[in-house]
Amino acid sequence: MTRELLTGNGAAAWGARLANVDYVPAFPITPQTEIIETLAAWFDSGEMPGRLVTLESEHSMITAAGAAAATGVRVFTATSSQGLLYGMEMVYAVAGWRAPFVMVNVSRGLGTPTTLESDHSDVLAARDSGFLQIHCATCQEVLDTILIAYRLAENARTRLPVIVNLDGFYLSFTREPVELPDPATVRGFLPPYDPQNTRFRASAPTSQGIAVLGGSPYSYFRYEAHLAALNSIDVYAEVAAKFDTVFGRRYDAIDSYRCGDAEIVFVMMGSFSTKAKAAVDQLRDAGSSVGLARLRLVRPFPVEDLRRVLAGKRGIAVIDQNLSMGKGGVLHAEIASALYGRRDSPPILLSFIGGLGGRDISPEELYEIAAETRKAAEDGRTPPPRLLYTRDELREIRKLQAIAEVERNESESGQ
Amino acid sequence: MKTASRVLGSAFFLSGFEVQDAPRYGAERRGAPTFAYVRASRTPIQERGVIRDPDLVIVGDDSLPAVPAAGVMQGVTARTVMLIHSRETAEAWKHRLNLAGPVMILPTSEEVGDDTDLPFVGCVSAGAAARLVGVISPEALVKAVDKEIAPFGRAAVRENERRALQAYERMAARARAVTEGVDISAVGYDAPEWIEVPFEEARVSAPAIHAAATSVQVKTGAWRTMRPIVDETRCKQCWWICSTFCPDSAITVSAERRPEIDYDHCKGCMICVAICPSHAIEAVPERGAQTKEPEST
Repeated sequence: MTRELLTGNGAAAWGARLANVDYVPAFPITPQTEIIETLAAWFDSGEMPGRLVTLESEHSMITAAGAAAATGVRVFTATSSQGLLYGMEMVYAVAGWRAPFVMVNVSRGLGTPTTLESDHSDVLAARDSGFLQIHCATCQEVLDTILIAYRLAENARTRLPVIVNLDGFYLSFTREPVELPDPATVRGFLPPYDPQNTRFRASAPTSQGIAVLGGSPYSYFRYEAHLAALNSIDVYAEVAAKFDTVFGRRYDAIDSYRCGDAEIVFVMMGSFSTKAKAAVDQLRDAGSSVGLARLRLVRPFPVEDLRRVLAGKRGIAVIDQNLSMGKGGVLHAEIASALYGRRDSPPILLSFIGGLGGRDISPEELYEIAAETRKAAEDGRTPPPRLLYTRDELREIRKLQAIAEVERNESESGQ
Repeated sequence: MKTASRVLGSAFFLSGFEVQDAPRYGAERRGAPTFAYVRASRTPIQERGVIRDPDLVIVGDDSLPAVPAAGVMQGVTARTVMLIHSRETAEAWKHRLNLAGPVMILPTSEEVGDDTDLPFVGCVSAGAAARLVGVISPEALVKAVDKEIAPFGRAAVRENERRALQAYERMAARARAVTEGVDISAVGYDAPEWIEVPFEEARVSAPAIHAAATSVQVKTGAWRTMRPIVDETRCKQCWWICSTFCPDSAITVSAERRPEIDYDHCKGCMICVAICPSHAIEAVPERGAQTKEPEST
C-alpha cells in the first residue's frame, strides 16, 4: 500500500487496473480522456494485461462494453456528458442484458450552451436506465468505489452494470493524496468474475437482446431488473461492510456527517459536498447545529437510510447540481417522494440549485442556505426554490448582452 | 504553470502535508491564459475548486496582468504575496497593479535577454514558492522535481533541479514571507447578494450570437509558434496550391500571382510549407521572426 498524489481520472484508471479488467472499449471526451490515456499507456507497456480498443463513438463503445460483459469477461469503460448521451440508446439496452460491468462517468454539464465543466445533468439522464449509480466526493473514493462497484455489479443477486460518477475538474483534474491498495489485498476482496450462465461466445450465435411481443413478458423482464436494483441496496451494504473490513474505509449508501443531533441538514451529492462538510464544521463552531447527508448511492435510491438519517430534523436543504427543465432539482423531488406522508419527516424541505456548469458554491452561500432553512423552519413556511446566483453574475450577463445587442444591431443594419 | 503546481504540490506532500493541486485549462489552445492552484494543509482538505483568497500568486508571464481573462488579480489582498516573472522591477509592478502587499520579481537567471529559461519557468516558480512558504526542505523540493520531471529524461531532471534550487536560494531572504490564510467564519460573514433571475423572452435569453465574421476580429495569428515565410525567388507562381490547402484561408494570391500570407490569422499549421512542390515556403520560429519584424502581427 502506498499513498500518492493522483487526479480523479488517475484514481479511476488505478481502480480499473487493480480490478484486473480484461477489456476496455474507449472513446475520448473532455474531461474523461486522461482515464483512457492512462490505461492505454499501461496496456501498451504491458503493466496491465488485457485489451483496450478504441471505438468510433460512445454508442459503439457502450455496445462493445455490454457485449464483452455478456461473454463473461470483466469490462471497464468511461465517458462524460455529450458522450454518455450519444450512447444513451445503448445505456438502456445493455442494462437490460443483465451483463455487469463498470462505466465511469466524469460529470460535465450538457449543451446548449456548451460547457466543459461539471454538473450532474449528464449522469442523471441515465438515472432510469437500469445502471446502478454511485457518486464520489474524493479521488480516494473514486478508486475505492470502482472496486466496490465490480463486486456489487457481479453479485448474483444484482447482475446489473454500474456507473461510478466523479465530477469534472473538481475531481477529474485535481490531485489529492490517494492510498493505492495492495493488488493482492484487492484480489482477496474482488475475486475473478463468475459469469454464471452468461455465455455469449464468438462463432456461436445466440440471442442476447431479445424482443418480446405484448406487454406481459416485457413487464416481467423490466420489473425483474427493477427488483435486482432494489435488492442491490442490501448487496451494497454487504459489499461496503466487507470493503471496510479489508481496507478500513467506510462507504455507506448515505455519507452522513454530524447529522445525529443536527436540526438542519444539507442533502447533496458529488464533490461539492466536501465543501459542505467544511461549512458544517464552521456552522457548528458558530453554534448552529447543521449536518450533511451526501448520497453516494443514487440508484438504487436508499430510501430507508435516508428516512432514518433525516427523521425528526427541523429543516432540510437539498442542493441540486442539476436542473430538470420545468420541474427543478432532481434530487429534491426524489427526497420529497421518500419523505412524504411520514409522521417523523422534517416539515421543511427547501430546494437550492447550485453549481451548474461548474459554478462554484462559496462557504458564505452554504452558511446562508443554512440560515434560510432555519428561518423557514421557524416561520413554518417553505420559500420557493432558489438558484444560487448573485447580482454580480447577472451584471456580467448584462454586459455580454449589451455587446451582443450592439453586434446584432450592426449585423441587422448591414454595417 | 501546471508543472509548477505539480512540483509544489508534490514538495508539500513529501513534507507531510495534505495537498490538492489542479490546473485549469482555459480555452484549450496555444497562447490562451492558463492557471493552476495548490492547497496544502496539516489536516485533510475539504475546500475545492479555484482558490478565492490566495496566500501567494505566481505570475509566469508578465503580459498576463493586462489580460482580463487571465484573472491575475482575482482575490489578491494586502496579505497576498505576488511573485512575478518579469524584467521590470517590483516597484514598477506595485505601482502599475496598485498592490498593497509584497511583490517579488523573479528573473530566472542573471543573464536575462534570451528565452532559454522559458521551459524551466514551472520548476523555477515551484522552487521559489517552496522557499517563500518556508516549510519545504531543499531535499523535498529536489525529490518533487525528480518525480514530476522524470518522464522527460535524466538531463531535463538535472537542469530543472538546478534551476529550482537556484530560485529556492534566491528567495532565502524572503523565506516564510507567505502566511497561511484563515477560513471564512460562519459568524459575521458577508451574505451572498442572491437575486431572483428574471424571466426574459427567448429573443433576449437564447444563447445565440448574431454577429457575423467575428473570426476576422480575433487575431488567431497570435497562437502561432512557427511562421511560414514565402521565398519569392523560389516561388513558381503556380497561383493556387498553398492558398487552396490553407485550412484558415489565410493565404491569398495577388494579381501578380504572388502568395500573401495574412499573419493576423495564420495559426502556423505549416501545411503550406509541407505542400508547396517547389519548397518555396520556409518555417521559422515565431519568436525570432517577431523580433525581426515586430510590426507584422
